[in-house]
Amino acid sequence: MTWSWQGDGTVVLVAMLAGCACALVGSFLVLRRMSLMGDAISHAVLPGLVVAFLVTHSRGIGAMLVGAVVVGILTALLTQVIARYGKVEEGAAMGVVFTILFAIGLVLIRQATDHVDLDPSCVLYGNIAHIYADAFHGTPVALKNLAIVFALNLFFVTAFYKELKVSAFDPALSSTLGINANLMHYALMILVALTAVVSFEAVGSILVIAMLIVPPVTAYLLTDRLGVLLFLSVVFAAASALLSQLAVIAFPVWFNTPVQPDTSAMMTVFAGFFLMVAIVVAPTRGLASKAWQHLALRAQIRREDILGVLYRFRENLGDAAAAMPTADLRRIFGHGLLTRYALQSLRRRRLTSTTDGNGLILTEKGLNRAERLIRSHRLWESYVAQYSDLPLDHLHEPAERVEHFIGPRLETALREEVADPQADPHGRSIPSGQPEKND
Amino acid sequence: MRGPAMLLVLPALVAVAVTAAAALGGDEFRRVLSLADYNTRIVVLGTTLLGAAAGLIGTFTYLRKRAMVSDALAHATLPGIAAAFLLVGQKEIVPLLIGGAIAGTLGVLCVMGLRRIPRIHEDAAIGIVLSVFFGVGLILKSAATQLSMGDQAGLDRFIYGTTAGLIRQDAWLIGLTAALILISVVLLFKEFRLLCFDAAYAHSLGRRVRLLDLLMMALVVITTVVGLQAVGLILVIALLIIPAAAARFWTDDLATMTWLSVEFGAASGFVGALISGSYANLPAGAVIVICAGVLFFFSMAFAPARGIVFAWWRRFALRRRIGRQHVLRALAEHEEAHGSERPLPFASLHQMRSWRRIELRDHIQRARAADELTIDPNDNIRLTPTGRVRAHRLLRNHRLWELYLIRYADVAPTHVDRDADLIEHVLPAAITVELERVLAEKRGAIPASPHPLGDVP
Repeated sequence: MTWSWQGDGTVVLVAMLAGCACALVGSFLVLRRMSLMGDAISHAVLPGLVVAFLVTHSRGIGAMLVGAVVVGILTALLTQVIARYGKVEEGAAMGVVFTILFAIGLVLIRQATDHVDLDPSCVLYGNIAHIYADAFHGTPVALKNLAIVFALNLFFVTAFYKELKVSAFDPALSSTLGINANLMHYALMILVALTAVVSFEAVGSILVIAMLIVPPVTAYLLTDRLGVLLFLSVVFAAASALLSQLAVIAFPVWFNTPVQPDTSAMMTVFAGFFLMVAIVVAPTRGLASKAWQHLALRAQIRREDILGVLYRFRENLGDAAAAMPTADLRRIFGHGLLTRYALQSLRRRRLTSTTDGNGLILTEKGLNRAERLIRSHRLWESYVAQYSDLPLDHLHEPAERVEHFIGPRLETALREEVADPQADPHGRSIPSGQPEKND
Repeated sequence: MRGPAMLLVLPALVAVAVTAAAALGGDEFRRVLSLADYNTRIVVLGTTLLGAAAGLIGTFTYLRKRAMVSDALAHATLPGIAAAFLLVGQKEIVPLLIGGAIAGTLGVLCVMGLRRIPRIHEDAAIGIVLSVFFGVGLILKSAATQLSMGDQAGLDRFIYGTTAGLIRQDAWLIGLTAALILISVVLLFKEFRLLCFDAAYAHSLGRRVRLLDLLMMALVVITTVVGLQAVGLILVIALLIIPAAAARFWTDDLATMTWLSVEFGAASGFVGALISGSYANLPAGAVIVICAGVLFFFSMAFAPARGIVFAWWRRFALRRRIGRQHVLRALAEHEEAHGSERPLPFASLHQMRSWRRIELRDHIQRARAADELTIDPNDNIRLTPTGRVRAHRLLRNHRLWELYLIRYADVAPTHVDRDADLIEHVLPAAITVELERVLAEKRGAIPASPHPLGDVP
């Protein structure tokens, strides 16, 4: 299959508009920790739609919207009532409400089958293939409706940006500022219901739920700013729409099957994929960056431990020029990659230098650094010995751990606290010298 | 009504209702209700057992605040079912269920994993898993359809459920599931209870909290997978949440709640299946859920323990009692100032507090009925000896508390009246004695007011 602007282009546009409209309002659902309200509303509008059909005997969008908005508000309201007056946990209250409404919808549909042609699976999956076909006979209605809803959401978000922001992050503050958080809540719920209904026919309720939640969460992992969050979540939604249509076209070719997956289902998969990537590579919060920070910290600790060992070696022999054989160091720290890397980077940083007997000595700079570490270690031991009743042989362990994290200010404070800043509780001398700034 | 007796009410009601309906309804009706058809028997048995099983395990997920996780889990089964379908074809039900169970478990694990990532909260984790898994499921499902491996109805059955199509094998499967859950819950009741009410404490006792959590969710997965073809995806979620939420209104005791939840689930399944069997065009799954919904809203309104109506009534009764006691105290203070000969006119009493006239009339009426005061035709009110005793007790509580606040809490004398006003009604006798002791007041005497009393004209 090849790309056709009229067919595929329209489908992508429809999917993009639906996805972006959902992502805009969904961002606030996610921030308010009410993502599941999107899930609940998009299931619960079913009876609203059926009643609208039964009353008007048509599939006109106007009646459908009214039905959906009414049931959407009802869902939010009932959930609140059950949670507040019945003291039911909010999630469970939502579950009670939307399943019951959905069941009522199913019963109504079965009763109405004689009057209207309505397939519940249409609500669930949508029918994006029809849009492809319709695109060759003028602009599809769904496209126009989605464009309107997208514009409406965009307007709402920009016009009430400040109000939405405050009420999302701090409902109490928003009340004191005179912004009615409850009103914003219901306005948001109405928009969710509207967006859901207009999107259903094109892309199905599952995509609506996915787009309400997944792109905003992805964006939330990447940024701390609300404006950027909104922008990114719209970008992710649009990108999943485009990529999914391309994938749909490419799928039969790549896998050599007659199977052509559904665009909207594919879109949820791409949104999920973006989320997974964000979870891994997000700056500072991502798994990769966490792992990297962890590794860097471990390497630094290993380097410092090696410096400490070199210092003590020197100290024990009482010989400033004594070189410690590298093999001995390896015996202490193991032969792992981390040790090898630490030894290398110590040399690179000119903290240690190699003698010709394959031994290691501290350079001037290295000695300085080692002294700082030993100072931290022994000051901490003195401090703990002075203020807690730990026996002498229990002092080394905790000091070994804490020595890496004592900065200049803490060091000064410790020095002022301990009785004898010259020697540690084991009788070893604490290296003198002023704490220096971290480099 | 306590414990076991409470548990007998619902089955009895259902039995009476069914008998009555059978007696009043027509022949067709009677045939369904008397379970004469083999088919009806299978369906009713299946849905009843499913309701019971879901109600049983649902109790614990509800209390563990994991109700909506079952939403994610139910949606997450679809890719497993569709994948199994692609691999083995539609005829075999067991591989499909296994596929569904595997995918469902994976979904639960994903929810638990996503929740640990900063900025992804429980609700978002659930939404992500349910939509993305379901999307994958839809792709696999359409693949199965397009590869013409059989009609789509084979898989749609799991999304919408076909209760009427339950066969003997399905009923057996549901029965086995129910038995499995029952055994697990009986064996692990103590552990589950700990997990639900204090997971941190359970952990400190050395219980494997994560393992228990997983086990609980595995039982939910099994119930969901088995329930899918009976009532469909959304409605099985309902059975896992609603009976438990309804049972919670009736009791604070876990064992009682568990049994009630089982009963609610079973009754919904039983009655729902019968109703949908008796009328054409009623999808059984939906009717079952609506039955559960009726039970829920009834419980929320009328359950004595936590229902709304009783809570309102209790609050209303308390307000009335407090109001009557305020009347008594006002009369006692009046007597204190002006002697017991001078009655207090209604108009003056009305001005002493911001109570509405009709409210005050009600308080006076009830106090008179309790022989605490008399009111003459000129609307003058006097305490009776009974009323005087009670009023003095209140006044003593009030004053003691005021003195206590002034002496030990450093509250200014001008500010103690309101606080004492709230507490005078609920101060137990033991505390009054204790107050008299610490304040070194005379036993049973009424201390003088530490602040000027608003003089009544």
